[in-house]
Amino acid sequence: MKLINQWPQYYKKNVVTHYCPGCGHGVVHRIIAEVLEELDVGKRSLLVCPAGCAVLAYHYLDIDVIESAHGRGTAIATGVSRANPDLFVISYQGDGDLSAIGTAETIHSANRGENITVIFINNAVYGMTGGQMAPTTILDQGTTTTPLGRNSTLDGYPLHITDVVAAFPGVAYAERVTVATPGGIRKTKKAITNAFQTQIEGLGYSIVEVLSPCPTNWKMTPLQACRWITEEMSKEYQPGLLTDKREEKRKQKG
Amino acid sequence: MNKVFMSGNHTIAEAAIRAGCKCYFGYPITPQNELGEYMAANLRQAGGTFIQSESEIAAINMVVGAAASGVRAMTSSSSPGISLKQEGISFLSGFELPAVIVNMMRGGPGMGNIAPAQGDYYQSTRGGGHGDYRTPVLAPASVQELADLTMVAFDLADRYRTPVMLIGDGMMGQMKEPVVFPELVKQLPEKKWALKGRGEGPSRYLASLILDGLENERHNWKLVRKYQEIADCETRYELYMMEDAEYAVVAYGTTARIIKGAIKRARREGIPVGLIRPITLFPFPEKVLQEIAHRIKGFLVFEMSTGQMVDDVRLALADYQVKVEFHGRPGGIIPTPLEFSRVINRHYRRMKK
Ligand SMILES: Cc1ncc(C[n+]2csc(CCOP(=O)(O)OP(=O)(O)O)c2C)c(N)n1
Ligand code: SF4
Repeated sequence: MKLINQWPQYYKKNVVTHYCPGCGHGVVHRIIAEVLEELDVGKRSLLVCPAGCAVLAYHYLDIDVIESAHGRGTAIATGVSRANPDLFVISYQGDGDLSAIGTAETIHSANRGENITVIFINNAVYGMTGGQMAPTTILDQGTTTTPLGRNSTLDGYPLHITDVVAAFPGVAYAERVTVATPGGIRKTKKAITNAFQTQIEGLGYSIVEVLSPCPTNWKMTPLQACRWITEEMSKEYQPGLLTDKREEKRKQKG
Repeated sequence: MNKVFMSGNHTIAEAAIRAGCKCYFGYPITPQNELGEYMAANLRQAGGTFIQSESEIAAINMVVGAAASGVRAMTSSSSPGISLKQEGISFLSGFELPAVIVNMMRGGPGMGNIAPAQGDYYQSTRGGGHGDYRTPVLAPASVQELADLTMVAFDLADRYRTPVMLIGDGMMGQMKEPVVFPELVKQLPEKKWALKGRGEGPSRYLASLILDGLENERHNWKLVRKYQEIADCETRYELYMMEDAEYAVVAYGTTARIIKGAIKRARREGIPVGLIRPITLFPFPEKVLQEIAHRIKGFLVFEMSTGQMVDDVRLALADYQVKVEFHGRPGGIIPTPLEFSRVINRHYRRMKK
């Protein structure tokens, strides 16, 4: 009999999840665990967790983890990576964390081309604090702080931060994916693999934005949430490759 | 190394490199820019990392990352920048991570000015950021002491796994004096707790979010015990002309330095006054005040603030029948030895009555 799948080495067993049913965080954690194993970097990894629903990621991932103050993930990751260039450093962040309070850290770590990987979970709301508007909330989307739907005049426009950083010369790899469909999940794994490889090769900053369901705060069933990502959210944030400067960076490195 | 003539800010940077500091992250602010500049020129050459960060918040969080992975790291700033760093200092305390933070204080709330002041005493010694924590605070008063205490700061930080602050002001940072640097630290203490990837062992994490109430309480009590141990073992102070003193001035840093001149003058006039100079502001040298309280007719506290350390003096002497007076200027201007002499004279006449 051929073994086609097994429990990933860096995914803890026998833990009860704190994520809501249908949440995307768990799916992405599992993908990270699989790719860490496939690329054989788990033993020298340090994951930076955000303030947000994923704050307890160390309950699930069996690698070294440090928690971060809200928004400061890439500053901490920068410190780790500069102090210990041999470490494989991931900053895992939600959209509130990465594109509101941590905007400066996001922009500048990307612009410095830090050799780190950012996993950016975009669920268009602040999940942990109860579903308030995030910079990524789409127009007309209802949240607890946009009860009548996000209004561009009052609340500004959805922020496409990954597109912004993708344009920076220091950013070697940026892709937007979704975990709303099985095909999307496969692409997410491919993107995370590419991003991790970018760092392993020392090519600079890599980021994967994952459109991820938050059924609880969207007040939907998990299925409805996945459909909403495909039908509504993906229109605002089109999945696809945003930049891939790896070849160019390889040449630069010589 | 021979004696060299160096500014305070350069001295801290050189001492930090000698202490084995491998990472410096900072954002420019006067009057401490020369510290970062020295690091840019010399730490990189010494195989370390210098980053001019996008903000003080980013700098202190880079320190968090470097410290978590077991490397000696530091940042420096001045008052408004330290306010921004308080978030990270609270996290360092919660994570129990060692780091050195330099504050060259300046005058006033808000931007104030860049002249010497001591208005950040509360902020430094009371935690400053959110939560129930304390930061050991060292207050040098000469360039030589800046060198020595920078080394001490790194050692304390590692020994107790806590951020340590070194505070001075524009005068401490800019003035030049002869200094002999301590030897290069070759062997750093081992940090078994540092996160360097799990390797073949179990994975570990550093977190300050502790949802379980009892566990959170245990963690907070553990921190309190640590601060108590620091108070018991690490209190530092200097006594100047105190052997036969009947009156004691309490002052630290730049103020203490200026006051030494005033005390000499007072002694010439026959006033039996001496100086108690706290070198650690937290822990505050309360025991030494208590030990001499019975033979002291009055304590006179000088600060370049409107009165902050004086609270610690009053707390230390709460159970003693002794007068505590205060003289302060809010900083932004440096008092002269003559001004202090006049205050000492006035104080002496009043106390004698
Ligand atoms: C300085 C600070 N401000 C606010 C908070 C409260 N807070 C915790 S998580 C969070 C938002 C999380 O949203 P997001 O980053 O999108 O992650 P999600 O929970 O959706 O996964 C906020 C505002 C905090 N912990 N720290
Ligand atoms: S609130 Fe949303 S993001 Fe948070 S765990 Fe629940 S579904 Fe996931």
